[in-house]
Parts: sequence; structure tokens; C-alpha cells
Amino acid sequence: MTAPQTVPVTPAATAPPRQMSSLDHLVYVLKENPVTLMAFVMFALIILSALFGPYLVPYDPLASNAAMALQPPSTSHWFGTDSLGRDVFSRVIVATRLDLIISVAAVALSFVAGSILGAIAGYWGGLLDAVLNRILDTIMAFPLFVLAMGIVAALGNTVENIIYATAIINVPFYARLVRAEVNIRRDAGFALAARLCGNSDARVLAFHIFPNALPPMMVQVSLNLGWAILNAAGLSFIGLGVRPPTPEWGIMVAEGANYIVSGEWWLALFPGLWLMLAVFTFNLLGDGLRDIVDPRKRT
Amino acid sequence: MSPRLRSTLYRIAQAVPVVIGVVVISFILTRALPGDPAVFFAGAAADEASIAQVREALGLDKPLFQQFFIYVGDLLQGDLGRSISSGQPVASDLANRLPASLELTLTALILSCSVAIPLGVLAATRPGSAIDHLCRVLVTAGVSLPTFFTGIVLVYVFYYLLGIAPSPLGRLDFIYISPDHVTGFYLIDAALAGDMETWFGALKQLVLPSVTLGLFTLAPLARMTRAAMLGALGSDFVRTARAAGLSGGKVLFGYAFRNALLPVVTTLGMVFSFTLGANVLVEKVFAWPGIGSYAVEALVVSDYAAVQGFVLAMALLFVLLNLVIDLAYTLIDPRIGFDSR
Repeated sequence: MTAPQTVPVTPAATAPPRQMSSLDHLVYVLKENPVTLMAFVMFALIILSALFGPYLVPYDPLASNAAMALQPPSTSHWFGTDSLGRDVFSRVIVATRLDLIISVAAVALSFVAGSILGAIAGYWGGLLDAVLNRILDTIMAFPLFVLAMGIVAALGNTVENIIYATAIINVPFYARLVRAEVNIRRDAGFALAARLCGNSDARVLAFHIFPNALPPMMVQVSLNLGWAILNAAGLSFIGLGVRPPTPEWGIMVAEGANYIVSGEWWLALFPGLWLMLAVFTFNLLGDGLRDIVDPRKRT
Repeated sequence: MSPRLRSTLYRIAQAVPVVIGVVVISFILTRALPGDPAVFFAGAAADEASIAQVREALGLDKPLFQQFFIYVGDLLQGDLGRSISSGQPVASDLANRLPASLELTLTALILSCSVAIPLGVLAATRPGSAIDHLCRVLVTAGVSLPTFFTGIVLVYVFYYLLGIAPSPLGRLDFIYISPDHVTGFYLIDAALAGDMETWFGALKQLVLPSVTLGLFTLAPLARMTRAAMLGALGSDFVRTARAAGLSGGKVLFGYAFRNALLPVVTTLGMVFSFTLGANVLVEKVFAWPGIGSYAVEALVVSDYAAVQGFVLAMALLFVLLNLVIDLAYTLIDPRIGFDSR
């Protein structure tokens, strides 16, 4: 950004200047804050292992081998083997996909549901708004993890229901955010102008007002993803959702917990570390995104 | 009516719709049992006639609206249904196990408050110093820690490697006899009985689980204390107090800290929500016989009445705690009682 853009023939010069400045800002923030850069790199690694992990791991995550049970980490089994002789490294990497699917699906669901509910309540207000607020207050009145347990118990013990439960307990955060963002812009000049031009209320809401809520929403999504992974892993740790042979971080920690008192630390440590790393990455990413979106809130 | 009393009554009145909402959601969850609850409660060997009988006995043949009032009526009598696995009423099971959970939760909260608040204050008074960086690292790492994982690592280090901690199996080693039931809090009961040996035994069991839970709550509390203290120290009234020549301690604790405490107390309510959830995980790791592990055991054997009773009890407990926190808030808020709007 210190180099002056004097050459007019580069494609960058044809791009609108607004986009350039936000890209510059991104580069600036990443340079200033190596931690955010690291978070982006770790995020890329997590995505890659979710996409390609199952094809790259050295062993079948489900193949047991009684002769190799409970081996400590070695060069052939980086993270050791579990009580059935399954390779812990392969299982940890393969589990990335399932954990990410659960949390991303849950966050996406609550993003969509929260956006719709919050936008409607914030735009039209009135009775609808009051009712929605009461419902959200009631959801927030539950300890959220406990509510998730109750929902899974009521709907049935499956992975889909883990996703629904995690989505439901996250909806209030999105709905409140969107409601506040929409509400303050309901009568803003640009919204009134758009309506005057003959746009319908729904169109003004969806294409003129709602996009303004997206930057803070993205920050919320990133922070929320970490929390959703923790939540899903916690639920499977207590035996909900994912069934035992399936590799998943929470359940692997739960299985490893039985061996920790006899000193087989690698069973619980590695899936736990991976889980922690994923959550840590999403939290750092959320903080980094907040720096990019809203520099004032930098801590 | 004094403003303080009025705000107190207003706050108590606000809790009423929340409690009603909690009961409605809990009713919906109870009715959303997978499959037909009557088939479920009648057991595996039931035929058509006995299922119909159970349906009638449970009131499931009545309209939903009427079922709700029966449900509320049962709740008012403290009836949460009967646990299939223990054969006892869920309410009495929960009451028996609640003290264990409360002892753990309260110890953890006291522990984390006594570390987080001084840490946050110190970090705010010395920005950029080593303690500020320590605070920042703890806060970022703390929110990423899965509670159950921290617990397992602590067990491995302090029980298996160092051998200092007792085995992570419940509230008291089997060589001790549990103290006579007075409050249900082993530490208090043993102290009342004057049995120091049991007291230390109970304390040793309590240390690791409460540290695990405390580490989890440390991060939000320290973060909030630091931010609130920074805000208060940079405000005009602190500058005025300094300019008036008040001593550093008086400014720090009499003015800045008292104002910074308000957002911290608000955060405490949020932290409680997380603690009650994390409690379930910590109790499972340490085989702690509280209501969290009760719910987990019930989930495993599909004992739904017990799980829903647990969810409802936790929600009511949380509403009550938030009420107490908000009332404490009006007590410590220096503005209420002096300015009468």
C-alpha cells in the first residue's frame, strides 16, 4: 500500500476504488496483526483436513487391530493407537469433517432463522416484535447447554437433532443482532428513498437494509462457530448424538477419559487438543474479523 | 415507596413471565418425546389395552390444553414425574443431589472470582505490563478450553503423574464416612460435626473439579473486570477524584472499582448459565454425584422424565440466580436510591 498506483493498465485500476480500499485495509490488518494471519492459516488447514483428510490419512479410522492396541505415539502411529488398535491420528483428522459439518450446519441454520425473525421483528415491530422478544428471553432463561440436552432428549438421540438443538440455542444471538441493526435503519434516508422509488417493504428489507447487518453478523458467526463446536463436542462427550465407532472429537475424549487414570494419555489428549485448536482458531478469527469490520472495538 | 423498593418489586415482577415461558417450553419438550409417550411408559411388553390404560393414567387422552394445566398443577405440587431408572420421584432425586452440584459450582465461582477480579483490576491499572499480557493470554485461551478436556488433563497431571490428587471418583473417598446430613454441603457438614479428617478428605476431592470449572469461568470474568476497570479509570469522575487529591487507594476502590463492579455482576449472570451447563461435563469427568451426572445417567437409559425434570430445575434455578444477581445489582449500584428520576 506504500507503492503509488501509477500504472493505469493494470486490472486493479479498473476495479472500483471502494473495493481496493477494503482490500488494502485487510492487508493492513493482517500485516499489523500476525495472530490474525496465523488464524487464517490455521483455518485453511482445518478446512483442508475436513475436505481431504479422509483420503490422506495413513490408516482406516475404523479398522481395529488387536495386536497394536494401546500403543503410545511412535513414528508409525503419530498419535498412538486406542484400545481396539485404531490409529488415533487418522481418527482425529477424519473427525474434523463431522465436527465441522455439525457446527457449520447449526450456525447456518441459526443464521438464517435468526436473520428472518430478527429482520421481521426489527422492521415491522409492534406485537410481532414483542412476542419474538418474549420467546427469545425465554430461550435465554435456560442454561443453554442444558436446554440443548433437553431438546436432544426430547427429539431423539441423533446427529441431526444435535444440529437442531445447537441451532435453536444460537438463534437468540443472531435474531437480537439483526433486530437491532434493522431497527436503527428502518427509517434511515436510504431506506425511505428506496421505498419512495417503489420498492416493496420486503425488497427494501432484504436488499437495502439487511446487507448492513452482515459485517457484525460475520463476526458473530466466527465466534459462534467455535462455541458450536465446543457445544456439539460436549453433547457427544456425555453420549448424545454421535455413536461410538464414528470418529468425533468429543466422543474420542470421552473414550480416552477411561484410560487416563491408568496413564494412556494420548487417547484423550490429541482429540482434545485438536478440538481446542479448532475452537481457538475460530475465536481468533472472530477477533480478527472484528478488527477488520469494526476497528473501534479492538481490544 | 422508595426507588430502591420499587425497582426491587419491578424486577421480581419481571421474573414472572420468564418463569411461565420456561414452564411452557418445558411442557413442549415433555410432549415432544420421541414416539408415543404412552407406549414408552407402558414398557416393552405392553399390549394395546395396557397402553390405553397408561395413556389414560398419564392424562394423554385429554386435549393438549387440559394436559398443560394438569402439568402445571403437578408442578405446583412439586411433582416432576417418576424416574424409571431409580424408581423415585424425580423431584426428590434432584433434591438429594442438588447440594453436591451447588457445593461444586459455588466453590468454583468463589475461586474464579477471587482470581479473576484482582487479575482484571491489576491488568487494568498496569496496561501493557506483564500482568496485562498474562490476563490477555488467559482470557483468550480460557474461552477455547473444553471443560471436559481441562478436567481430564488435570486428572492426568495431578492424579497419575504427580499423585497429589485423590482418584477422581465422587465427593469422598470410600475410607471416609460421609458426614451427617445437615446442609448437604460436605465441607459445611463435616465442619459442623467437627470431623476435620473428613473435612480435608472432602476438600481434596473438591479441589480438581472446582479448579476445572473455575478455569472455565475465569476468562469472561477477568475480561469483563479488565474492560470495566479500564473504562472506569478513564472516566471523568475518577479524574475529578484524583484532581481533588484523594489517595490512590480511595480512588481505585471507592470510585473506580465500585462502578466497574456493575458490569462484572451482570457478566456473572451469563457466567452462571455457562457454569450450570459445564457442570454437567465436569461432573461426568469426576464422577461427581450431582444433578448433572444424574441427568447424564438418565439420558443414557432414556429416562426422559428425569432429564426434563433436570432441565426445568436448572432453568428455574438460573432464573432465581439471575433474580438474586439483579437484586444485588440494585444494592451495589450507587445511583439507585439517590436519584429519583
